[in-house]
Amino acid sequence: MDGNDKHLETFRQEADELLGEIETVILLIEENPEDDDAINRLFRSVHTLKGSGGMFGLTDIANFSHGLESVLDKVRSKKLAISRELIDLTLAYRDQVGLMLHAGESGVAPDAARVEEIVTRLRALSPSSETMSDAPSPIPSAPAALSLPHGSVVTYRVRFNSHPSLFVTGTEPALLLDELRSLGECAVVAHFDDVPALEDTDPETCHLNWDIVLTTASGLDAIRDVFVFVEDICKIDIEDISSDAILDPDAPQPRLGDILVHRGDVAPADLHDQLNRQSRLGELLVESGRISSTKVISALSEQQTVARQQLATKNDSVRVPSDKLDALINLLGELVTNQARLSQIARNTGDMVLAVPVEEADRLTDELRDIVLNIRMMPIGTTFSRFKRLVRDLSGELDKQIELVTEGAETELDKTVIDRLADPLVHLIRNSIDHGVEHPDERIAAGKPAKGTIKLTAVHKGASVVISIIDDGKGLDKVAILKKAKEKGLVPPDVNLSDKEILALIFLPGFSTATKVTDVSGRGVGMDVVKREIDSLRGSIDIQSETGTGTRIDLALPLTLAIIEGLLVHVGEDRYVIPLSAIEECLELTADRFATTSARNMIQVRGTPVPLVRLRDIFGLTDPRPPLEQAVVVDVGQLRVGLVVDQVIGNHQTVIKSLGKLYRKADCISGATIMGDGNVALILDLAGIIRNAKSDEASAIIRNTEARRSALV
Amino acid sequence: MDQVGDIVQTDQYLTFTLAEETFAVEIVKVREVIDYVHVTRVPRMPSFLCGVINLRGSVVPVIDLRLILGMPSIEKTVDTCVIIAEVVMDGDALHLGMLADSVQEVIDIDPSQIDPPPKLGSMLDTEFIRGMGKREEGFFIILNIDSVLSGDEMASVEAIKAAASRASA
Repeated sequence: MDGNDKHLETFRQEADELLGEIETVILLIEENPEDDDAINRLFRSVHTLKGSGGMFGLTDIANFSHGLESVLDKVRSKKLAISRELIDLTLAYRDQVGLMLHAGESGVAPDAARVEEIVTRLRALSPSSETMSDAPSPIPSAPAALSLPHGSVVTYRVRFNSHPSLFVTGTEPALLLDELRSLGECAVVAHFDDVPALEDTDPETCHLNWDIVLTTASGLDAIRDVFVFVEDICKIDIEDISSDAILDPDAPQPRLGDILVHRGDVAPADLHDQLNRQSRLGELLVESGRISSTKVISALSEQQTVARQQLATKNDSVRVPSDKLDALINLLGELVTNQARLSQIARNTGDMVLAVPVEEADRLTDELRDIVLNIRMMPIGTTFSRFKRLVRDLSGELDKQIELVTEGAETELDKTVIDRLADPLVHLIRNSIDHGVEHPDERIAAGKPAKGTIKLTAVHKGASVVISIIDDGKGLDKVAILKKAKEKGLVPPDVNLSDKEILALIFLPGFSTATKVTDVSGRGVGMDVVKREIDSLRGSIDIQSETGTGTRIDLALPLTLAIIEGLLVHVGEDRYVIPLSAIEECLELTADRFATTSARNMIQVRGTPVPLVRLRDIFGLTDPRPPLEQAVVVDVGQLRVGLVVDQVIGNHQTVIKSLGKLYRKADCISGATIMGDGNVALILDLAGIIRNAKSDEASAIIRNTEARRSALV
Repeated sequence: MDQVGDIVQTDQYLTFTLAEETFAVEIVKVREVIDYVHVTRVPRMPSFLCGVINLRGSVVPVIDLRLILGMPSIEKTVDTCVIIAEVVMDGDALHLGMLADSVQEVIDIDPSQIDPPPKLGSMLDTEFIRGMGKREEGFFIILNIDSVLSGDEMASVEAIKAAASRASA
């Protein structure tokens, strides 16, 4: 019973992937209905889902899929064009199958009436499908076809040498070849060598032979079954070529010559002879009359299939539960810490005999760290494809025309970051659709194209990845935001704010400008949650908005949550790590640096004044400062601040450790790291420090004002 | 039968001193005792949360029991130890270091030798006391370390912090 459950679970996982693929591909097809490759991919996914659904006894999924498959088959053979209805139905199909798959766990039962409706509408799309293909096409019979997608798929070479009397028996070879095609990926090459001149041709005699390279999961028997009525009179050779040495994934791509020799089309000696003349092998063989050109073409197509097959084998992946990866990362963290310690000891002792192996171990640890961290890296594109659907559905619902353009889908990020990023991104994109992009008539009135664009991009920028959501909508209404914030008492009524500060108000808890609450967005719980989630990922968020032209939101995120590059500094008796990604420069606080002699809290950095934040003040240290302090200029969400420290020590690669529950309220500190000497250094949370610096300053000003007032009274 | 009963009934405690007074914690809560190491202070936190230490690659928070129990903090001596205990905070178990002036011994105490916390006169918040143990040498105070980190206590951290930041600003 357990085993069965496990298989069913595997099936569900695979089916979820197939559904994801179906969704991605159908949206691709919507953009480009002429994309035959995508249509084939879609058909294959639905077909596999049907086959494996049937295999696991999920007949409802199998039957449902069959309906869609029949329609797609017609699309594939160009008997039916892609229509909006078909795309809608395919997406509806995808959702219903998703429900069917997880009905047991989620408790949400699939809507039988809806399924029935989809099937009926699918039938209406292809009226003749009842007669044409109601008989289910062969379901793959290999039991492990799905759970081992690469393992059980075998490439066969089928040589179909027909007998001249083939037609007399009433056999149509084209149908046999079609049947083979339905089994899997199939390359067919016909040999015309035996076809006589036209006047000598007997129309009732078959002069053709075929070479077929078939990649299928159906097994040898399924192929034999195709030829069951002709095998008595024709010569059918079926050979498994994926088990040959030429399909060994480690072997170089099979050479044409090898294949020809292997097939017995050419003798090794002839081949060798030709190879000595440096020219295209295929052409040479044909020229010299040793074999016919069709044989070469046939072998070439086999070469291509085998090459593709190898590529698939090479892309083979292993599914590993992420907690195993987490354990690996933790262990790696320990190793890196220990290695740093070891290196320091080796340096301190100055023993050359020790230094060499320690250096070697250092290098190996670095390499290991890079590889292990890389395992967790995933292209962000997997999340992007989800948003295509979101944009499509929501814009339809709101009667808007919106196109989602994505860039940089291949940008890699830590899996944890990607997982936790999905919800904030959904929220931001929903906001853009709901509040950003206008209705088509409004857009035309404003002189913009009726169709709005939301651009979702991801790029590497130093040690972080910047994800931008850019829409060409109406932009944020700064006046309304400020008015609202004042109404809600989030800012004092007489305050004067810059555009930047006004835009930042939308991240305050309980803020929402939408006068109307739609079910899409606008419950006032949105942006502050987004901000908190991005903060917890040690990322930053930045908004730019021009009224009338659109809004741009940039999310800067660290590549990984496990390790950061930092700058080690001394403040008081402890050391702290400042994330390197935020640092612009370090400088010494000499007297001529200060902007004015009276303002000791401002310095000149390349002509611009930069406020100073003294970490000693923030941390409440009272012991005397060193005579010469240093400042680290950091960029925190577009605000440049000089952090005053006692001394800058240098670069430090940092394995991040959580401070634990007891310190969850320490808002200046985002984590801790263990140094080479065994002491703990704290990692600064720059946004938290700025926040604290601001509130300290505000309370100091209030105290001063009060003191002044009381002095006056 | 009686003997077996005695063994089961006897509880073991680790005793330590704070400001000349003897305290004890249940031995089952104690993971290890280490010598005092440099504690890295976490800024802008109440002073009884004195910081974090590295315990074989894990970052472990350390609290100053003196400050929690309302005693003045003192300079560290050679006898100063960190008792690493396993405590429960809001339903989650975590490791916690507690500073003690010196660690004494592990003792067996019969439950009959433990009195409920006194209502008056201990000069301590009775919430932190599980009971008073009796020995020939005198009384010792058994701490309830789980309550030291209870939600109520941590909630007051916020208030202390606000007061501290007002004071320092």
